[in-house]
Amino acid sequence: MEPNREGEVWVLAEQEDGSLHDVALELCGKARQLADQLNVKVGAVLAGHRVRHLVDRLIAHGADRVYLVDDERLAHYQTGSYARVMCTLVEQHRPQIVMYGATPLGRDLAPRVASYLRAGMTADCTDLQISDVTEARTGKVHKNLLLQIRPAFGGNIIATIVNYDQWPQMATVREGVMPMLPADHSRKGTVVEAQVALTAADMPLRLMERHLEPRKVNLKGARVIVAGGGGIGSKENFRLLYELAGAIGGAVGASRAAVDSGYIGKEYQIGQTGTTVRPALYIAVGISGAVQHRAGMEESAKIIAINTDPQAPIFSIAHYGIVGDYKKVIPMMLRALKERK
Amino acid sequence: MPYDCIVCVKQVPDTANVTASAMNEDGTVNRAALPAIFNPEDLHALEAALEVRDRYGGTVTAISMGPPKAAEVLRDCLYRGADRVILLTDRRAAASDTLATSYILSQAIRTLGRYDLVFCGRQAIDGDTAQVGPQCAEKLGIPQITYMEQMGELREGIVRVRRNIGHGWEVVECPLPVLITVIPAANQPRPPAAKRVMRYKRARAAAELAAQVKAEMPEAPEDLIAAEVQRRVEALRAEGLLIEQWDLDRIGADLSRCGMAGSPTKVFRIQSIVLKREGHVQVPPTEDGIRQLVRELVVDRILG
Repeated sequence: MEPNREGEVWVLAEQEDGSLHDVALELCGKARQLADQLNVKVGAVLAGHRVRHLVDRLIAHGADRVYLVDDERLAHYQTGSYARVMCTLVEQHRPQIVMYGATPLGRDLAPRVASYLRAGMTADCTDLQISDVTEARTGKVHKNLLLQIRPAFGGNIIATIVNYDQWPQMATVREGVMPMLPADHSRKGTVVEAQVALTAADMPLRLMERHLEPRKVNLKGARVIVAGGGGIGSKENFRLLYELAGAIGGAVGASRAAVDSGYIGKEYQIGQTGTTVRPALYIAVGISGAVQHRAGMEESAKIIAINTDPQAPIFSIAHYGIVGDYKKVIPMMLRALKERK
Repeated sequence: MPYDCIVCVKQVPDTANVTASAMNEDGTVNRAALPAIFNPEDLHALEAALEVRDRYGGTVTAISMGPPKAAEVLRDCLYRGADRVILLTDRRAAASDTLATSYILSQAIRTLGRYDLVFCGRQAIDGDTAQVGPQCAEKLGIPQITYMEQMGELREGIVRVRRNIGHGWEVVECPLPVLITVIPAANQPRPPAAKRVMRYKRARAAAELAAQVKAEMPEAPEDLIAAEVQRRVEALRAEGLLIEQWDLDRIGADLSRCGMAGSPTKVFRIQSIVLKREGHVQVPPTEDGIRQLVRELVVDRILG
């Protein structure tokens, strides 16, 4: 599609069984910021069955218009039906930006929609900005483009991707990297009831069985995280990290090396293939700091690194570095914390 | 009932294992120095296809799009059991983004004609986008099932698959043809078979032979080189060791949808991650040092 500079900034309001995914609200906040810069409205696409009650939360978190598609055939996600909804609405309303959470659902849906629309699509962004861009080849200045910023090449580079002329500009955004705005219940917004014609061809899949595991670990919400790496050495040694986390009211996390060694479960993993976190304090214990791990935690407000190897890359992003054995350092921290009380 | 499977495979730089020898002086990664490997998840896609063939009969065809060197992963496919391999190589396809790549791959799949299942790895480790599989399915107008973690029954033209949905799994059924993207939990890729390695280790694509001849006879005139390449191509063909090679004309591709022209996304800026030591406060590992640190964190209201 041709660029539509008056187009809205859209968010897919991902929900499951009538409850909104956190990332939907994070994206509403980001969309609000981008839309204010562009002087346009924020739209949220809410598709599902019996999901009307979610409208108010989307508005409170930044949406101006909620495009509601309520249909019993949308009760369970499948690529075909949801892609039909998105493609139909995008063609009708021509938003300039469409954002999805980089969740399993978002990363299944967004490329299918992009392919149908022949639009550009950037996966797994960690930042989005609005800026004028000069096209190197032609010297042409493009006003107010969406800069789509993401790690690439195994986290060894940060690439900024733009889409000059085949709009909408679409991106999936990693969970947990955009701060969620506090809900403002005085905000006003409108609901646009949308009808989308679904056919049997849009729903080729039959759901036979579904099994959901409750989320046991809430790393994203933790103010303090004590994370262990391969240097912890054993499952038993993680107890010391739990003690420290308990003493300061934090959560325990881990690097891939610790998870792969079987010291701790995969749900604790922080990094490119795990959870992305940005706590007030991140204590990295026995973590060397591979780029893949750093991609998931370097936005933390303060980072303390404890490692016996003074050359460990983790020190390059740390605010405080302690070169030493964590088995001695953590008990010292526990004592210092006790003294304080 | 036999099934015909197509597998899309990619040769990628080994971004997961960056060693000291691949680091530049300035602390950035020298991408050219990384070894080229078989994209790890594509090995699981190949295995899924081979298991379908072993169980129900049929064929496995592997396609790889890339420079001539990408024929290396196709030889690996032959070693592991693929029946047919195709190298999709064309300079005009360079700089394709995921949309253009999926268009080119879908044109190649259409050119093959009949198929029941297309398997792809979930994503490639150089870009981690996971877009080419779903985009290919859309271009072919067939359903997609992403993140397959277990292959189920194939019966009367319907496949049953267990797919990972992040915080759990679901089992779905879908009529064929379908495109499936595979995650490592799905299977254990078989190793190359010694017999097949012996049989196919000399298999080459024409583009590889051309590079070989040019390296051997750098001073020779063009027509002589062309004749020698042709001779080697025919010799390999006679032995059944010529790797099929297709270009964009062979697959009837619309050039405006390939390469730079067909790619809506453009890389505007690349910043290397620099592994350089920056300033941080060194805290001595002593009772006093730690006490001071805790005090500072309390003053800064980081510890409550």
